[in-house]
Amino acid sequence: MANTTPEGWILIGGFIVLTVAMAKPFGLWLHAIYEGRRTWLSPIVGPVERLLYKVGGVDPAREQGWRGYAVALFLFNAIGILFLYALQRVQGVLPLNPQEFSGVAHPVAFNTAISFVTNTNWQSYGGETTMSHLVQMLGLTVQNFVSAATGIAIAFVLIRGFARRETRELGNFWADLTRITLYILLPSCFVYALLLVFLGVPQTLAGSVAATTMEGAGQVIALGPVASQVAVKMLGTNGGGFFNVNAAHPFENPGDLSNLVQMLSIFALGAGLTWTFGRAVGNTKQGWAILAAMLVLFAAGVSSAYIAEASGNPIHHAAGVDPSGGNMEGKETRFGPAASALFATVTTAASCGAVNSMHDSFTPVGGLIPLFNIQLGEIIVGGVGAGLYGFLLFAILAIFVAGLMVGRTPEYLGKKIEAREIKLAVLAIAILPLSILGFTALASVMLQGLEGLQDSGPHGMSEMLYAYSSGTGNNGSAFAGLTASNDFWGLTLGIAMFLGRFFVIFPALAIAGSLAAKKPIPAGAGSFPTTGPLWVGLLVGLILIVGGLTFLPSLALGPGAEQLAMLRGQTF
Amino acid sequence: MSNDIKGALRPAIGIFVLLALITGLIYPLAITAIAQAVFPHQANGSLVREGDIIVGSELVGQGFVSPRYFHPRPSAAGDGYDASASSGSNLGPTSADLEAAVVERVAAARADGVTGPVPAHMATASGSGLDPDISPAMAMAQVDRIASARGMPPQALRQLVERSIDHPTLGVLGESHVNVLRLNRQLDRMAPQSRP
Repeated sequence: MANTTPEGWILIGGFIVLTVAMAKPFGLWLHAIYEGRRTWLSPIVGPVERLLYKVGGVDPAREQGWRGYAVALFLFNAIGILFLYALQRVQGVLPLNPQEFSGVAHPVAFNTAISFVTNTNWQSYGGETTMSHLVQMLGLTVQNFVSAATGIAIAFVLIRGFARRETRELGNFWADLTRITLYILLPSCFVYALLLVFLGVPQTLAGSVAATTMEGAGQVIALGPVASQVAVKMLGTNGGGFFNVNAAHPFENPGDLSNLVQMLSIFALGAGLTWTFGRAVGNTKQGWAILAAMLVLFAAGVSSAYIAEASGNPIHHAAGVDPSGGNMEGKETRFGPAASALFATVTTAASCGAVNSMHDSFTPVGGLIPLFNIQLGEIIVGGVGAGLYGFLLFAILAIFVAGLMVGRTPEYLGKKIEAREIKLAVLAIAILPLSILGFTALASVMLQGLEGLQDSGPHGMSEMLYAYSSGTGNNGSAFAGLTASNDFWGLTLGIAMFLGRFFVIFPALAIAGSLAAKKPIPAGAGSFPTTGPLWVGLLVGLILIVGGLTFLPSLALGPGAEQLAMLRGQTF
Repeated sequence: MSNDIKGALRPAIGIFVLLALITGLIYPLAITAIAQAVFPHQANGSLVREGDIIVGSELVGQGFVSPRYFHPRPSAAGDGYDASASSGSNLGPTSADLEAAVVERVAAARADGVTGPVPAHMATASGSGLDPDISPAMAMAQVDRIASARGMPPQALRQLVERSIDHPTLGVLGESHVNVLRLNRQLDRMAPQSRP
């Protein structure tokens, strides 16, 4: 507990309480959109909504089966990738480019297009030195909205799979996408962006200003339409920053209040969806049980990270540095160890990936927590939509394990869980280790892979492992010492992001289709209760066992080995 | 399946174009217009002016090397405090390069007269490379150097630092810090700078 402070623990505890408090209000709002009900925004937004349907030739009341939904979703995302790639390549001849950047080079543009469409927002570029304002707005901000809406739409479909009976119909993708964007994301971001400006985040079309410092040196200060992008990158758990250092930049995250608001906004919709789920399946306790399991895992992670970061680095202490400040390499003074460790845990528990400190410079244990969070599948509250549908895949596995233990056909929420659902759930969960460990192994034996590393020794291993975890998990944060701009990294990370997104989405949609077609069976005395502490414990245990067995060997080689080296004072 | 694709093509393109216009142009431009009208100071980067000259931004750190000023934290942004290329060092905890940098910064602090443990903020680079703040301990550690460079009583400088501390919101949301640019501007006002 060395050097942790009561204030730090109050911040962490208070944050968890606020997360619980947000679940119902956001859940109610999401539930109204899930059902397609009228809301108080309908008089204003309704005409725009209908215009979109008219132009698209869509009848929002005509629902799709899971295949039709999947095709629509994939086509929409494919168009997003093509458009974003093209826009970056030709930004040099387009307007709103005050810094006169030329077109973005191929591997970076390819990587960025997949990255933003898959809600990863891995950035293999520095925003203020690469992207024109037009790309930041019409390219990146657009995907921040629609990739988030896509995630929530999939969560809606899986919820419908549990809530509906004996039907093929799972909703209309175009209606879900439009409603989520226009009724939830856009109005919240509108208010949120203006709050951020009030707190100090710039919002201008100017490119930069030239200042003359007090000592007479020149300083060029990059500016731009920052607040509008930061709002949606947080609320939509995208994470792609306007500036290279993301929310560590004082313009993106000027103070401790903006920091708290940003952390809460990462969790807001994910926490709300657990409540929406409970409401939709007819028992809000079902939703609370899921949120409880998530927050148990969260509390354990954030506590470990905070203790590690507050304890600091013994190698530096031996050099004469005061241990009481904690590990401040890569951290901002206004945040310090507690608010930095908390942000790092939040951003990786969700699939956000925004950072307010450099995870690469965290102590080995402090860096292990974000890494392990991502490897568990970012299901601790999780990315908007992605967190809930990912978690429900684990819930299906957990109920299957419970069924095996008592020798009964497992059922969850009145639906029999059978071979087809288990196969699909395992397929979705297995894509994580396949991509993460497979690509890390490949990179560690390829010259092109190793040339991206900044650090040698076990930390270099951690950098590679983190990159593919972040890519596959669609997180987007990085051990940013790694330079991922060569062809090998650009390509393999692009593939990892694609696999991690769509090879979870398709099985999730297929499970929804299979569940919705089933006839519900009434709960009996032999049904496993999925609301109480026993269920929460089973979920937590299963998630840790699956994640632990899969990833512990690789974690031992990276952060594990580095922790031992650090304690011995060994450097590389 | 191929019918599904054909049927989805028109909505995919039509809705993408409209959503792109709404979220990618109308939304950021509307926020810009409102922000410029209501919060022009923040919207334009919280700039600090001295007469007609822009001295910097309240929020963005800048370099100070003269012994007469409080120095900011080490910076990995460009050549140091390059506000058009934010960056942390990203060096890992067992990096030999980082250890060497820390040893060098500790030695520099010792040369400046810091005794005892060196404040962590003084020995480490910030996340953004543009950290506008230092810890109160790091400010106090520089008082003796500035006092002797300016020929001022250290006690007055300590009081200035005390007055300049920003405490965390609600006492817990962050950490106490001192804004270096503001501190140095107040320092100059206290004792009009004589020619060095």
